[in-house]
Amino acid sequence: MGFKDYCFRKSLWVFHFGGASCNNCDIEILDCLTPRHDLERFGILLVGSIRHADVLLVNGSINRRDKDRLLELYHQAPKPLLVVAIGACGCTGGIFAEGYTFAGPVDKIIPVDAYIPGCPPTPEAIIAGIVKLAGKK
Amino acid sequence: MQMAVYLLWFFIFPGLLFMAVVGAFLSWFDRKITARVQFRKGPPLLQPFYDFFKLLLVKETILPKSGSGFVFLLAPLLAVFGATMAGLFILLPLFNIETGFRGDIIVIFYLLTLPSFSYIIGALASGNPLGAVGASREMKLIISYELTFLLIIAAVIMKSGQKFDLNSIIAAQQSGTPFIGSISGVLLFIAGIFCIQAKLALVPFDMPEAEAELASGIYIEYSGPPYAMIKLAKYIMLFILPAFLVALLMNGMNPGINIVWLILKILGVVLLLTLIRNTNPRVKIKQAARFFLVWMNLLVVVAIVLIVFGL
Repeated sequence: MGFKDYCFRKSLWVFHFGGASCNNCDIEILDCLTPRHDLERFGILLVGSIRHADVLLVNGSINRRDKDRLLELYHQAPKPLLVVAIGACGCTGGIFAEGYTFAGPVDKIIPVDAYIPGCPPTPEAIIAGIVKLAGKK
Repeated sequence: MQMAVYLLWFFIFPGLLFMAVVGAFLSWFDRKITARVQFRKGPPLLQPFYDFFKLLLVKETILPKSGSGFVFLLAPLLAVFGATMAGLFILLPLFNIETGFRGDIIVIFYLLTLPSFSYIIGALASGNPLGAVGASREMKLIISYELTFLLIIAAVIMKSGQKFDLNSIIAAQQSGTPFIGSISGVLLFIAGIFCIQAKLALVPFDMPEAEAELASGIYIEYSGPPYAMIKLAKYIMLFILPAFLVALLMNGMNPGINIVWLILKILGVVLLLTLIRNTNPRVKIKQAARFFLVWMNLLVVVAIVLIVFGL
């Protein structure tokens, strides 16, 4: 593990993309940043602009309108970029997988580095996923 | 030989390297105190270094399609240059190094506005509408607080008996009492703290980079090494502005073991800034303008009147 990798891993800035979500995953993601779970101790920050992001969190089912936005965000982000699919909808499509507006789970649109399943996943599961992601490569 | 000394001053001590390291530590201190105020654990000590080197070495630079790439890339360098030069003029007198330059306080005043101006230039060169809104807010903020800042400096010059250089101002305090030990000094300190808060764009006055509605506003298009330069400029500013206040009002540094006392003073000012930032909501640009143009200016004018009466 080189110096560059180490710095990258210790300072993951997160951009949150919510697709057609039911908001449960969004609330659990925000839970991770609250005092009880505090992701900042791993150096993780929530940023407002995709240009600053190292991690793209995607949750919710991706429908046809979301697909274009997600692709655009992915192309706008500075590489290297890690993509995390959160929740049953993000990983597989969940109960929306058969829907007529559904445009495929996240990994059909952009490459995904980590999957965190659950409906919604608990904050502990999200933290475990992020820690595994930080130890990857 | 003299040239080598100047280069040493600019790049190593008390220049770029020293200021960057201390500023990064103060940035960690700020984040840690913020975390403790919110009952969190907070980031590790080396977090600012990880952030900086990640941006500098790992991330890719993206130039905006509509906009001027050259100016966009030049602005962060200009910000670092301005912050370093201002820091040099502040820290050399603070560490009792005689430069023989009279009138440096005016130069410091101009150099301290250079980072803010280069953020504006960079944001406008990026061609992003949110960046343009952030730039316009930063411009209004500068117009609001610069007059107050200038009045504070004028009041300090009056109080020290018409001395225009930082060395003499520190010497005047060390031979008498520190300026903060009087009523006018306390008023100047209050106004100075709020000016620094606005200069650093910390929370009551962080409308240029409002994360909630502007998605970090003036910095929105920056990524990779240029953003690392902006971070560096912000680290340096977080160190030199409290140091400037300590030099102006709080006695600077006596020689010898008193460097501990200097460190405590700077940490105290940063702690105050952090606590203000954690206990206040963001104000609107109109409220900020009124706060500075009416109330803070009034405070400083009262202080100047008190100085005339020798209080």
